Amino acid sequence: MATSTASRTRPSRPARRSPWRPARHPAGRPVSRVRRQLPTSPWLFAAPGLLITGAFILYPFVSTVINAFTDRRTLIPGRFVGLANFRELLHDDMFWTGLRNSALYVVGVVPALVVLPLLLALLVQKNIPGITFFRSAFYTPVVASIVVVGLIWVWLLDERGLVNSLLETIGVGKVGFLSDQWLLLLSAMTVTVWKGLGYYMIIYLAALANVPRELHEAAAVDGAGAVRRFLTVTVPAVRSTMVLVAALSSVAAFKVFSEVYLMAGPSGGPAGEDTTLVMLVQRTGTGLTGRVGYASAISLVVFVVTVVLMLLVLRADRREDS
Amino acid sequence: MSLVQKTPATRTPAPARRPRLTDDNGRRVRAWELILRYVLLLAVLALTVGPFLWQLSTSLKGPTEDIFSSPPKFLPSHPTLHNYERVSQTIPVWDYALNSLKVATANVVTNCVGSALAGYALARLRYRGRRATTVVFVLAMLVPAESIVIAQFTTMRDLGLNNTLVGVVLPGAVAAMNVLLMRNAFLNLPYEIEEAAYVDGANVWQRFLRIALPSVKGTLAVVAIFAFMGAWDDFLWPLIVLSDPSKFTLTIGLNYLHGTFANDERLVAAGTVIAVAPLIALFACLQRYFFRGVGEGAVKG
Repeated sequence: MATSTASRTRPSRPARRSPWRPARHPAGRPVSRVRRQLPTSPWLFAAPGLLITGAFILYPFVSTVINAFTDRRTLIPGRFVGLANFRELLHDDMFWTGLRNSALYVVGVVPALVVLPLLLALLVQKNIPGITFFRSAFYTPVVASIVVVGLIWVWLLDERGLVNSLLETIGVGKVGFLSDQWLLLLSAMTVTVWKGLGYYMIIYLAALANVPRELHEAAAVDGAGAVRRFLTVTVPAVRSTMVLVAALSSVAAFKVFSEVYLMAGPSGGPAGEDTTLVMLVQRTGTGLTGRVGYASAISLVVFVVTVVLMLLVLRADRREDS
Repeated sequence: MSLVQKTPATRTPAPARRPRLTDDNGRRVRAWELILRYVLLLAVLALTVGPFLWQLSTSLKGPTEDIFSSPPKFLPSHPTLHNYERVSQTIPVWDYALNSLKVATANVVTNCVGSALAGYALARLRYRGRRATTVVFVLAMLVPAESIVIAQFTTMRDLGLNNTLVGVVLPGAVAAMNVLLMRNAFLNLPYEIEEAAYVDGANVWQRFLRIALPSVKGTLAVVAIFAFMGAWDDFLWPLIVLSDPSKFTLTIGLNYLHGTFANDERLVAAGTVIAVAPLIALFACLQRYFFRGVGEGAVKG
């Protein structure tokens, strides 16, 4: 830890004793050495990455935290207002709507994304003719932009779109997928799951390849059927991957923006009832009258919840271990 | 890692008269099981690829053809490129595509260069503050982009880079995750070769460019592909940072098209096909790296 403290105070100083620095270099002042020879300072290697990360990730993060306690607007530098933004949050109905929708999204999407890709991976695991084609085809939605995917589904679920025309053909009648508040949210979840299936399928495939075949054979000899073998052999063997998928997908689901934005429109569906938290951040914080301070407070909530979700999932994993 | 690629699609049939399908143990796969598998595979195929084909079909249907018919007509009766012509008259779709291409290419270059350099420093160079640098990148990876977009936007405005393509590229120009990916790739190389080069008098740039970098081409390709795909597909950040319609990227342009001409389904369909076709082509050519990237990314994420 002592080294890192030193570096923070004097970041431009190159290493004094390094086995990677040829000994024939005369020990001169770093500045002149850089000028005379090829720049060899390790800091030059790290500089582009550090600059970008510092200026556009870490600095914005710090200023988000600071702005959350000010009444800053897009064109007006803010004053410190203490916890006023957070007090306002508590009474803001739209904030609670957003929090509810983002939380519902996690509840709806995560179980589907933990289970369905695993089943899909089992389906494409065995090497039968043409299986590489199927694996690639199932991955196509992952490659497509979320905007493309969103618009494709807006058209599919349109009142006069393919799904409704099929439903009408079999005599069910039209369903207002994109006009009802809850159906809209459910449709958006379906799109998220549809787009994520292939990605998590590949993760599961890698995990399944490591399941010892002997376990399956032993279970089969003991008379376990396919379902039983799935529950007693496959699931325990890929359990840590399931936790990983749960962690990745729950964080992603809570931050949902594009699907709902595209399907419900920028204002978030009927009376804004389908607004998610990140949509609220985008709506409040941008534009000429954007309330940067208030939007930062919501952003902090998003950040804290994603960290908590991550910790919860990992903790659940550890508890099952012991 | 790339499981999909290594395993051959077909097994060589046994020398018996009737070729038999066997599983990995050499045991015969029962016929009903095989049929069931293919039925399920085809059903999932219809669900995953079907929507894309429906979009393609819609985009090829002429103005007189009923696209709302029930039962639906899956194939256009008179395929036409008319809608592609119309979409380019409605919005400058080719300019948007060019903007997307610029952003994606810049993102590939900056990510490859920046993460290879930083990854090499973290893995191979010894200097005070190396651990601190690593911590910086790990922390940066953990911050969700969605929670800092507003501050990123105000930062860009302070720099006068809002509403420019440079502003679109900068925040993701050297993604922390790519730095850590490259670091791991360099760490996995045998140390001895570089040591030998050092003894032979190669300086750090020579060791980096001639020895280390050529050995991590695979990971670099993964970084490049995901940088391209990420920039081409990104939505939230360009939506926030770009306000002038002449600077739009394809995704933002499509959103604009959808918002303004929502009831012209053929037009939107043609636009989405233009946006998705290049990536599907890229994916078809370079599948191996796409799948490999998922494996490496997931381990890190």
